[in-house]
Amino acid sequence: MTRRSRSTNGRLPLVLLLPALLGLAFLLVPLVGLLIKAPWSTLPGRLFSADVWQALRLSLVCATAATALCLLLGVPLAWLLARGGLPGRSVIRAFVTVPLVLPPVVGGVALLLVLGRRGLVGQHLDTWFGISLPFTTAGVIVAEAFVAMPFLVISVEGALRAADPRYEEAAATLGAGRWLTFRRVTLPSIAPGVVAGTVLCWARALGEFGATITFAGNFPGRTTTMPLAVYLALETDPDVAVVLSLVLLLVSVVVLASLRERWIGGLR
Amino acid sequence: MFRRTAFAALAAVAALALAGCGDDTPASSSPSKSSPAVSGAVNVFAAASLTGTFTQLGKDFEAAHPGVRVTFNFAGSSALAKQINSGAPADVFASAAPKNMDDVTDKGTPTNFVKNTLEIAVPKGNPGKITGIKDFADKNKKIAICAAQVPCGAAAAKVFAALGITAQPDSLEQDVKAALTKVSLGEVDAALVYKTDVLSAKDKVEGIEFPESSKAVNEYPIATLTKAPNPDGAKAFVDYVLSDKGKAVLSAAGFDAP
Repeated sequence: MTRRSRSTNGRLPLVLLLPALLGLAFLLVPLVGLLIKAPWSTLPGRLFSADVWQALRLSLVCATAATALCLLLGVPLAWLLARGGLPGRSVIRAFVTVPLVLPPVVGGVALLLVLGRRGLVGQHLDTWFGISLPFTTAGVIVAEAFVAMPFLVISVEGALRAADPRYEEAAATLGAGRWLTFRRVTLPSIAPGVVAGTVLCWARALGEFGATITFAGNFPGRTTTMPLAVYLALETDPDVAVVLSLVLLLVSVVVLASLRERWIGGLR
Repeated sequence: MFRRTAFAALAAVAALALAGCGDDTPASSSPSKSSPAVSGAVNVFAAASLTGTFTQLGKDFEAAHPGVRVTFNFAGSSALAKQINSGAPADVFASAAPKNMDDVTDKGTPTNFVKNTLEIAVPKGNPGKITGIKDFADKNKKIAICAAQVPCGAAAAKVFAALGITAQPDSLEQDVKAALTKVSLGEVDAALVYKTDVLSAKDKVEGIEFPESSKAVNEYPIATLTKAPNPDGAKAFVDYVLSDKGKAVLSAAGFDAP
């Protein structure tokens, strides 16, 4: 986008401006509450404990791995939905959004029923390969990917449907195969949508609680991510919970802001 | 119609955005004498482990007092204590631990009405061949216990300390029902839960009693709240829980008398 299209605030209608500011306040006031209630005097001491770093590192690793998994599976799925010409596409699209609607705890139980030690698929994984996902870091990644993937699929699909298919057709007439066309024409043209979806997906995975604690359990260093640590801290020491939440918020804001600047800024 | 609803929602958001400060003083209820005429709604905040029994007691209470409606808010005791201290309109609080009751500031005198004992829960058929509490120290068994921050975890820690063993859990669950779910789905070989939980899922799990459970017995206190919107209803409900009829329902579910 160019600078021209952004400098319209002189003519912003009040009908839009007022609810917009109200919306912003609605999103920010709870954050302000956290900042005001934070125990600033004891904060450094609480921050530099091994538990916090362990949970934070695990959160970042798992959210990133889950996002990578979502990209690997989600982008092709989005392409299938947008370009595959499948019959009953709207039904499939509705199923893709199931993890969005499902309470995450129920999602976790569903994962246990399928991938657990006694699950439909899980029992074979266990007897054939000795793989058991629950209570492992891999289980955390699976749970986060399950909950976060719809965010990626929906934004990538939206970008694909908005993109002009004539470029792809042109590439095809020039002799490019479908895979080459996808890599060299389609993917670059939808890059902003992919980045936006990746960011959403990563953020959702980072904050994931319900499915993670249900499917992967809670064990420090193995499956205790920041949201789990926050929840348990809330039971006994709300101050610690506030500190942990702030750390998670700060890290995610820094990561998201810098990535968006760099990727989207560079693309446009 | 839609616009009006949208406006109301916007107003609510605006109120939330603008609030932040200001101490909302709840309308203080008129000081009442203990009159037997009970009516209206009674809001009962009760520990999650009381869900089955209190739902039953609520129905019985409504039948005994026509015109009274009991509504329940079941959740973890610590969450309920926080809600009550933040001004939630509760009449009665039944906690799974004295500590959470102590956290609530404006309340009548609490009475311990039941106690709950820990028991080992194993999946039907005991596939992990668990024989007793000592198996919780076995690294090769899949074990779930509650996290130390929640009452069932604190009780479990007391048991392990009394036995002098180090538990080797695969997961520290966020509440006792989550631990029970892991057992009933067969994901763990054993978990330490309450006797009442084993009974509530008796078609999927088996219980193994152990003598050291007496080292960590959980007392459940119940109290009316000073800022109760319906003080008469609150008192009547607490009396009903403490009555012989109430005790019968509770002991049938596996709770012990205090």
